[in-house]
Amino acid sequence: MGYPPETLARLERDAKEIIARYPKPRSALLPLLHLVQSEDGYISQDGIEFCAEQLGITPAQVTGVATFYTMYKRRPAGEYHVGVCINTLCAVMGGDQIWEELSEHLGVGHDEATEDGKISLERLECNAACDFAPVVMVNWEFFDNMTPEKAKQLVDDLRAGKEVAPTRGPNRLCTWKEASRVLAGFPDGRAGEGPQAGPQTLAGLELAKRNGWTAPPADADRPEPDDPAAGSETQGDIHR
Amino acid sequence: MSTTLTPVLSRNWDQPDSFTITAYRRNGGYRALRKALRMQPDEIVQAVKDSGLRGRGGAGFPTGMKWGFLPPKSDKPRYLVVNADESEPGTCKDIPLMMANPHVLVEGIIISAYAIRSHHAFIYVRGEVLHVIRRLQQAVAEAYEAGYLGKNILGSGYDLDLVVHTGAGAYICGEETALLDSLEGYRGQPRLKPPFPAVAGLYGGPTVINNVESISSVPSIVANGPDWFASMGTEKSKGFGIFSLSGHVTRPGQYEAPLGITLRELLEMAGGIRKGHRLKFWTPGGSSTPLFTEEHLDVPLDFESVGAAGSMLGTRALQIFDETTCVVRAVLRWSEFYAHESCGKCTPCREGTYWYKQMLKRLEAGQGTEEDLETLLDLSDNILGRSFCALGDGATSPVTSSIKLFRDEYIEHFKQGGCPFDPAKSTVWAGEQ
Repeated sequence: MGYPPETLARLERDAKEIIARYPKPRSALLPLLHLVQSEDGYISQDGIEFCAEQLGITPAQVTGVATFYTMYKRRPAGEYHVGVCINTLCAVMGGDQIWEELSEHLGVGHDEATEDGKISLERLECNAACDFAPVVMVNWEFFDNMTPEKAKQLVDDLRAGKEVAPTRGPNRLCTWKEASRVLAGFPDGRAGEGPQAGPQTLAGLELAKRNGWTAPPADADRPEPDDPAAGSETQGDIHR
Repeated sequence: MSTTLTPVLSRNWDQPDSFTITAYRRNGGYRALRKALRMQPDEIVQAVKDSGLRGRGGAGFPTGMKWGFLPPKSDKPRYLVVNADESEPGTCKDIPLMMANPHVLVEGIIISAYAIRSHHAFIYVRGEVLHVIRRLQQAVAEAYEAGYLGKNILGSGYDLDLVVHTGAGAYICGEETALLDSLEGYRGQPRLKPPFPAVAGLYGGPTVINNVESISSVPSIVANGPDWFASMGTEKSKGFGIFSLSGHVTRPGQYEAPLGITLRELLEMAGGIRKGHRLKFWTPGGSSTPLFTEEHLDVPLDFESVGAAGSMLGTRALQIFDETTCVVRAVLRWSEFYAHESCGKCTPCREGTYWYKQMLKRLEAGQGTEEDLETLLDLSDNILGRSFCALGDGATSPVTSSIKLFRDEYIEHFKQGGCPFDPAKSTVWAGEQ
């Protein structure tokens, strides 16, 4: 089939930009596959052929790579792809119950999407947010400290078209395709939104501040000349 | 309590704009870079060697020594690759670090790349952390704009390009040579070593691969001197590290402390085990490190002491489980993880983790026999040390350590014909209903 000419021209422009980032073109394959998902919502046959064409490799070679990585989907993901962490720590803290209730609530299982195409579900492995367990990810944004009730409310809101904000993420959730475009290396300008850290992230720092605990003072070889770009705001040295 | 926390990397995390270049510079950021660019590259390598910094990604290999393995001269370009593929179960330090303070990593990369005379660096970040990726992309763009990246950095004549490369969901890509294959656009499968990446790494060129926290520690070493860094920690495990407490603990989170702190000290800081419960088992450094129990509360969390006590410091991912947790269930889940993430390249790991999964499912359901435990241990003998990479070795840790420490609990499953634990009691909301 192939992409319509305008789509193809746009994707080719993006592909060129991606390939230019790397010393060797083949390194662009992973971001190109994210780009394909930003167009089709999954790794389509058109997308595989597109990547092969851009890199001068065979569709079989592209398929071999695409099937290795779990983030590349072989059928369309929902507009909101919901992952429930079921690795040991999250599972024990309640992730198993969240998974069971959510799956029953939506009537879909692992790697399946609702009929309206709004929500797909995945049993996720550890997503590096264990101090916020149990964790749910939607389109790879963090929803920390979840409960079965909160998770069901979350998917109901998403299906109803309500705006939803991740716990540690931008002000509103973007779609699966929009997320895939950021993963392909095209920023969406929303890095500045949302908190810098969650409460757990700061647990140690806040305790240290309350107790006046710091790293030892630095060696005597200071000070360094001020960075003129920092202006008069310079208060101290982060590295001490 | 003798040991106290030493926030260095986490020092500015409580500032709402901590991830911006403005905030980073306000706190003195990028001053170490100016100092570094006035030093000879080899002086920086020496400083990192002298500091005693050891890899913070789990293996604990001395960072400066790793840099020193690069051949002094070679025809091919040299690369610095940052391993930001944080995926080891329980490990959750690099992700919050990059979300709150991506610039300390960027500054560390520039200094480290300058030290090893590389002009092209990559951050290989796992794909499942969208907002962290946004923050990295922005930090790199800001650094280019400020003249810290690109051509002739701060007028020094030194050039460096830095690319944020997003992975696509594969634990194995945290293994450094699998990461390189993935970064080259292939399935992420480990390579035979030698040659080590220092000799033939990315595109066959000399390559250094370091963990996020290791590289992020470099600016402070350059700014404050190796002796300052080495004044923290223990004799052979110097400096500070982020300890991540998760699970059945009152205040889970990130605690930056000198290496050698104990879990007893950390638990006291974190408000102890959740109210009304007691510690049952814990991992010192992620699921690939053999389990510890109450007996190990006073083991100094440094590379040597944890090793001597029969486990590994790993990534300082302290997953804490209380007495409501079924160890068989915990180990089954980890085994399912390893089976899912095994890349399939070598037989011991691919087949071994598959059989772990089958057997542990049966054991958890109370349908096993005591003989199964011997079979599991025999299977473990055929994985450990016979796998192509450390993934297979790691998979054996929870299985063998749990049988050693909790054999009776496995047997109780057969006796009862099922799991004696109620999973509802382990949840965060247990006792709230």
